[in-house]
Amino acid sequence: MKYVDEFRDPNLAKSLVREINELVEVIEFSKQRPIQLMEFCGGHTHTIFRYGIEQLLPKCIELVHGPGCPVCVLPMGRVDDCVSLAQRSEVILTTFGDAMRVPGSKMSLLQAKADGADVRMVYSPLDALRLAHENKNREVIFFALGFETTMPSTALTVLQAEADGLDNFSLFCNHITTVPIIESILNTSGMQLDGFVAPGHVSMVVGEKPFNFVAEKYKKPIVITGFEPLDILQSIWLLVKQIAEQRAEVENQYARVVASRGNRQALAAMERVFELREFFEWRGLGSIDNSGIRIKDDYARFDAERKFAVPNIKITDPKSCQCGDVLRGAIKPWQCKVFAGACTPETPMGALMVSSEGACAAYYNFGSLPDLLALKLARENQEALP
Amino acid sequence: MCLGIPGQIVEIVDPEKNLAKVAISGIRREVNITCIVDKDHPVNSCLGEWVLVHVGFAMTRIEEEEAKKTLALLQELGEAQKELESMTSTIK
Ligand code: SF4
Repeated sequence: MKYVDEFRDPNLAKSLVREINELVEVIEFSKQRPIQLMEFCGGHTHTIFRYGIEQLLPKCIELVHGPGCPVCVLPMGRVDDCVSLAQRSEVILTTFGDAMRVPGSKMSLLQAKADGADVRMVYSPLDALRLAHENKNREVIFFALGFETTMPSTALTVLQAEADGLDNFSLFCNHITTVPIIESILNTSGMQLDGFVAPGHVSMVVGEKPFNFVAEKYKKPIVITGFEPLDILQSIWLLVKQIAEQRAEVENQYARVVASRGNRQALAAMERVFELREFFEWRGLGSIDNSGIRIKDDYARFDAERKFAVPNIKITDPKSCQCGDVLRGAIKPWQCKVFAGACTPETPMGALMVSSEGACAAYYNFGSLPDLLALKLARENQEALP
Repeated sequence: MCLGIPGQIVEIVDPEKNLAKVAISGIRREVNITCIVDKDHPVNSCLGEWVLVHVGFAMTRIEEEEAKKTLALLQELGEAQKELESMTSTIK
């Protein structure tokens, strides 16, 4: 078996693969069409590519790489807004490293920094808070993004800013929430997903309950999953087992980290500071109801969008960019016309190339060589046509 | 950003603000431990515990063995180095 030696417990990996192979035999529909499983989280996507998990699975299982990389789904207009905040002379704009490279319609934050804007990479929103303490005559804005995994950290930072009596700290809040996007994927017409690998660390915060609707309303199996390659393999086995036995349940493969009721303190902090936005734009996917998070009125003075006017212009994605189709699982990354040509991790055109958790970057970095060569040949032949 | 990194709480810095120091692969870094503290687990009881750290916040307790396995995996994925670099090179 190709990659299995790299697993911490190759024998367990082998027996899981064997059992998956046996189970798909009894799934009748897999003879007509592939069994499609979606891993939602970019961290899972990364592990799947790094360990070649798809190559271990029977051909009739297709993994669809979902939109769970928060950097990847950030729309251009929001990046533009953030750049405009960063360009204000009184502002120190702080954010995570990955977010600095996301392309806006004119530039990324990294380019804005090169042009003189005061943009600083931080490891934690607490670092931004410290900067605010140290620079009382400047406004320190933290460009907050991520799903429920990072939401508690920004909520707690705002609460700390309040306790410290800071008035020169604010958030440019771009948090997004997991459930509405999963629901919108399930509602996409023509979508044939048979099961979900659910994000482990989002679940660590929110618990198991928010995912019940997938099993109850949509009758699809869903398994909360850790980040070891063996975790993912085991979850795929659990999913296929549910499908074979015609069950649809929420299972928790990652119980060593995910408590079924989530993290109470984290949820309480989020509840205090944040509320849902009626709609929020996602790159490549359009607007999704109740999927964005904003700051409650009580904490308005920590909201950069209310403190400063942001242009708030909606920018449509470039035509040649097919991130939306990739995110929906309609096409594979390499089927996008600009993949590995105009769009590479060095010069990303679409958001899925930006972070190592994006499906396109993962494919670019870890896709098998024969695939990439075949792609190159196909392209050359196409270009040779008149 | 989403994977987090395991570390061991080696010092309580400020019990009022729930701040503690965590050792991660030889690096020490201040983290907020609000999410793992409640009346059954007061701040001081956290000393010596292994936790999963996300962007400067201890999000959950984990077993020591699990912590070590996760760290090894992150090293393999190249994520541990990235995380540690951003922890130390911040704020640039
Ligand atoms: S190759 Fe680039 S433009 Fe095409 S889908 Fe991937 S990230 Fe988007």
